[in-house]
Amino acid sequence: MTQIPLEHGLLLASALFTLGLLGFLVRRNLIIMLVCVEIMLNAAGLAFVMAGAHWGQVDGQIMFIFILTMAAAEVAVGLAIILQFHWRYQSLDVDQASTMKG
Amino acid sequence: MYDLLWLIPALPFVGFLILTLAARSLSQRVAAVIACGTVGVSAVLTLGMIAGFLWNPPADYAHTVTLWQWMPLNSLEIAFNLRIDALSLVMASVITVVGFLIHLYSSEYMQGDEAYTRFFAYLNLFVGFMLILVMADNFALLLLGWEGVGLCSYLLIGFWYQKPENGFAARKAFVVTRIGDVSLLVAVFLIFSELGTLQLSEVLALAPDRWAEGSTTAWVVSLLLLGGAVGKSAQLPLQTWLPDAMAGPTPVSALIHAATMVTAGVYLIARMHGIFELSPSAMTVVALVGTVTLLTAGCAALVQSDIKRVLAYSTISQLGYMFLALGVGAWAGALFHFMTHAWFKALLFLAAGSVIAALHHEQNIHRMGGLRKRLPVLFWTFVAGAACLAALPLVTSGFYSKEKILWDVWISPLGGPWFWSAAILGALITALYSTRLIMLVFFGEAKTEVSHRPGKRSSFVLIVLAVWSLIGGGIEVPHNFGHLTLLSNFLETAIPASVELPPGLDLQLWILLLVASAIVTGGVLATVWLYGSGSPLRQKISDRTSGLQRFWLGGWGFDTAYDRLLVQPIVWLSQINRRDGVDGLCRVAVSLGRTGHFLLSTTQQGRLRRYAIGISAGALALLILMLLQ
Amino acid sequence: MTLATLIALPFAGGLLCWLTARYSVAACRWIALLALGIGLAWTLAYWNHGSGPDGWILEEKISWIPSLGIHFQLSLDGLSLLLIALTFFLGLLSVLISWHSIHERVGFFHFNLLWILAGTVGVFLATDLFLFFFFWEMMVLPMFLLIGIWGHANRNYAAVKFFLFTQASGLLLLVAIVGLAFAHQQQTGQLTFDYNQLLGSQLQPLAEFWLMLGFFIAFAVKLPAFPFHTWLADAHSEAPTAGSVILAGILLKTGGYGLLRFVLPLFPDASETIAPYAVLMGVIGILYGALLAFAQTDLKRLIAYTSVSHMGFILLGVFAWNEVSQQGTVIQMIAHGLSTGALFILAGFIYERIHTRDLDQMGGFRTLAPRLAAFALFFAMASLGLPGTGNFIGEFLILLGTFREHMVLTTLAATGLVAAAVYSLWIVQKVFHGKPGKTQSLPDLNRMETLILTLLLLGLVGLGLYPRPVLDVAAGPLEALRTPVYVTAVETALKEDAP
Repeated sequence: MTQIPLEHGLLLASALFTLGLLGFLVRRNLIIMLVCVEIMLNAAGLAFVMAGAHWGQVDGQIMFIFILTMAAAEVAVGLAIILQFHWRYQSLDVDQASTMKG
Repeated sequence: MYDLLWLIPALPFVGFLILTLAARSLSQRVAAVIACGTVGVSAVLTLGMIAGFLWNPPADYAHTVTLWQWMPLNSLEIAFNLRIDALSLVMASVITVVGFLIHLYSSEYMQGDEAYTRFFAYLNLFVGFMLILVMADNFALLLLGWEGVGLCSYLLIGFWYQKPENGFAARKAFVVTRIGDVSLLVAVFLIFSELGTLQLSEVLALAPDRWAEGSTTAWVVSLLLLGGAVGKSAQLPLQTWLPDAMAGPTPVSALIHAATMVTAGVYLIARMHGIFELSPSAMTVVALVGTVTLLTAGCAALVQSDIKRVLAYSTISQLGYMFLALGVGAWAGALFHFMTHAWFKALLFLAAGSVIAALHHEQNIHRMGGLRKRLPVLFWTFVAGAACLAALPLVTSGFYSKEKILWDVWISPLGGPWFWSAAILGALITALYSTRLIMLVFFGEAKTEVSHRPGKRSSFVLIVLAVWSLIGGGIEVPHNFGHLTLLSNFLETAIPASVELPPGLDLQLWILLLVASAIVTGGVLATVWLYGSGSPLRQKISDRTSGLQRFWLGGWGFDTAYDRLLVQPIVWLSQINRRDGVDGLCRVAVSLGRTGHFLLSTTQQGRLRRYAIGISAGALALLILMLLQ
Repeated sequence: MTLATLIALPFAGGLLCWLTARYSVAACRWIALLALGIGLAWTLAYWNHGSGPDGWILEEKISWIPSLGIHFQLSLDGLSLLLIALTFFLGLLSVLISWHSIHERVGFFHFNLLWILAGTVGVFLATDLFLFFFFWEMMVLPMFLLIGIWGHANRNYAAVKFFLFTQASGLLLLVAIVGLAFAHQQQTGQLTFDYNQLLGSQLQPLAEFWLMLGFFIAFAVKLPAFPFHTWLADAHSEAPTAGSVILAGILLKTGGYGLLRFVLPLFPDASETIAPYAVLMGVIGILYGALLAFAQTDLKRLIAYTSVSHMGFILLGVFAWNEVSQQGTVIQMIAHGLSTGALFILAGFIYERIHTRDLDQMGGFRTLAPRLAAFALFFAMASLGLPGTGNFIGEFLILLGTFREHMVLTTLAATGLVAAAVYSLWIVQKVFHGKPGKTQSLPDLNRMETLILTLLLLGLVGLGLYPRPVLDVAAGPLEALRTPVYVTAVETALKEDAP
């Protein structure tokens, strides 16, 4: 089985991360934003896995599992917040929640 | 017997305490009895002490009583000790006797005033402080008396406190004299740092040893002491408070602003004669201050229209004579004039007070007139006082005291013909304004109704003072009149009595006497003619349109000048700095903080995606930074 | 344990006040009164108590944080005794004047009041520098609350300003204390905060200067000296009457006490370097404070600025560093506590009656309330340093002692007396003289108020005519403070050598 070069994997990871970040910045729908956060997390996870495979260490995979767990927890909390948000503002537009002024 | 001397100042204080604490439960009569009684007993005690000094003097002609240790430090012991010697006794006798007479007069004059008790409380307090002042044996105690009388002066000038202008006059008096007090205070500090003691007798004993004659230190100390004296005695350049001080009740003007407190400066210089003698140039400054003051104040007195202001300026002028005498070393002459002046000026003020009371509180002499027939007692006593003031030859005490000063000025090495001429000119001016006052108030046609006549007590006091003023000069008569020098002899134990009289000057003395008498009499007669005849010249003078008259009326423009040069700039400075410039620094710091807070807080606008942009931009920046390195 | 009890008394009293107030307000007031009364009586009982061989009347030392050389160490000498007596006395009066004027959260008010006093007593007693700092900070917080809760309209600004100034300067003090302890450790190998041991530290000149500056600025802010005075006017004018009295009467004195007790004995050489500048600061303070006072239209603010002027004399007296000036300083501290305290009390009485501090709203009160006016006249006279009051003794001795060292500056300072006359008489004129204007009726002093003012008056006159008891008590400690430690050591050694 041929090794995928590290650079390719990292390029994919950074491309995914950039997409996720842009999506997070551009979209106003909270659910899409949550999805974008997940994409970014997975991009980071992918980078870990690639690095682990490159160095021949299991740490990368451990970190990925860790990120996976964290992402699950985050989604749980995030969805709960989104529910509350929707309940309060009757909308999923994040810009509605701009009442905090320094 | 001398150990009882503490009672002399203590009794008036007791009177003050009783009058203050029991003010509400005392009737006016009881209050008057307490006030007059305490001062009267003090007077008797003082006279007793003088008698004791004459028949059975204590050792060194001085007696000290230490009441308690006041400020006992290791390096400096200040005790509360009172000391009497001839000088103190002469001062104290005038203070208590004249004080008693004025108390007696006031007990009638102030009747009906709702603050009768308060008036006597203040008056008693004044007498007590004044006695402390002249009996103090150290500078700290002297300052206690010195500032204490200033306080009483303030309280009594502003006695009718509801009028704002009285309050202003009172504050002016206090603040202006306090400028002099600071000078005195610095003199005390300098003396202490040089001689290491505050005891008056020790200072006088040590000064000649430590300071050579003509030394700078002695000169500075003398001038600083003079500064204090000038403030209290209303001499140039701090004389401006006294004319305004006439806002107080008239007995107060008589007691404080004519007879006693204003002579504190004279006392101070006489007491510190040992230091002044070390610095002839400082003595000359004293003489100059006196001369200039007596002339300027005399001129101002010529044109005043308020009867009390005439007398106030004449007081300043007569104090100028005393300073002149001090400046030429005629210590006894200065004190002699102080005594006679205390009698006749108290008399003049009290008589003026009765005149004012008689005329519905009219103080303008141009609206008086013709009182000679209607108020004979007042007329004759006032004439006696004015004659003394003008120094009418032979029959008045003022003649003898002024003659002594003139003579001493002439022969003293520090004096000389110039000072003598100025003093003679002053005597002429004095004669002019005294006579003008008599002519305007008592002669001519009546302009205001007489509503009130002086009562028995007032008349009694006036007559006693008048008699004394006329015959009192007999205690000291010139050399060629029989050479009686009771006062000088008495004073000799405390201060160098007089200028040494070189022999063989009898002829000169006669000539000078005659010249002086002729000038004074001429001045009086000329004024009588001027005001008696209704000549056109008089009309011209009393039109008071000339600039010089207005200038003199305003007291030579000193008030205006001080106001423009000192008061207004300071007031301006304090007004612009009202919010405290230093606090401005704090406010700047506060506003910087506020601005920063505002700028930063605008970034916290609650838009989640902008935060995210911020975070990613920051991360990106960090990334670029890392890559660049 | 008597000294600790002295601090614990107001501490415990304060807690008890807070607890009882919810059941009975009167009980709370009486408890405060009782605690302070006992404290005062206790202090006075030690007035003529002889001092031990090392100059302290009483000493107590308990180990607190041994690893850092910190002890709970208290010592009493004549100087502390006088100031503690003043603290309890003014504390008592503060409770009395709050009797009818404080009705909100009475318990918490008295809690704060007593805790300030406890902190102050601690400051006057502590001879462990760490403990000193602890008390130094402890008196600030309740004061902050006192101003912030019971103050006038602009109280928050004033309270925060007060807090920031004292905290910033307290930080300097802390740094300097720790620095001093470390410097001492480097030299002797022993970490200690014990005042008596630190006294002998031989420091590098530069280090000594900077450490001294830390102490000096902290105390100068509290005093307050000229450029650091700006918190004072706001804090004084916005605080409730009792707060102003305690602030002016006692808290400012901790600055003067600190200078006397710590700055000069701990850093003799550096203090000598800074002395001319400190005296200059004092003189500027005297004149500048007076200038500011004259321009104010708020009665309490005016009185506050007179404090700046009067406390300038303290700097003069402390840094002239001789017996006469220092005795003057002690008298001046006490006399200023009494006279300015009295003026604030008077301002409080007037405020209670007409609900304004604006001078333009006042006038002619002498006709309406003659007794009030008579007392005001006396205290104004005390404030301008009239002989016969304690203020004169203080100012006279300070100037007398300072004159030898700094002739020109002392002369300038003496002109401050003219300025004092101007502003004191201005108060009298503005408030009491003239015809009654806008205010037509003003109840005169009642018995309690007369009693309070009479006590203060007697204190000032007593101090002015017979200051001997105070001078005698202060003489020993001041002498000891003036003598550098190595001289003392040599003397003791000589004594021991002699048979």
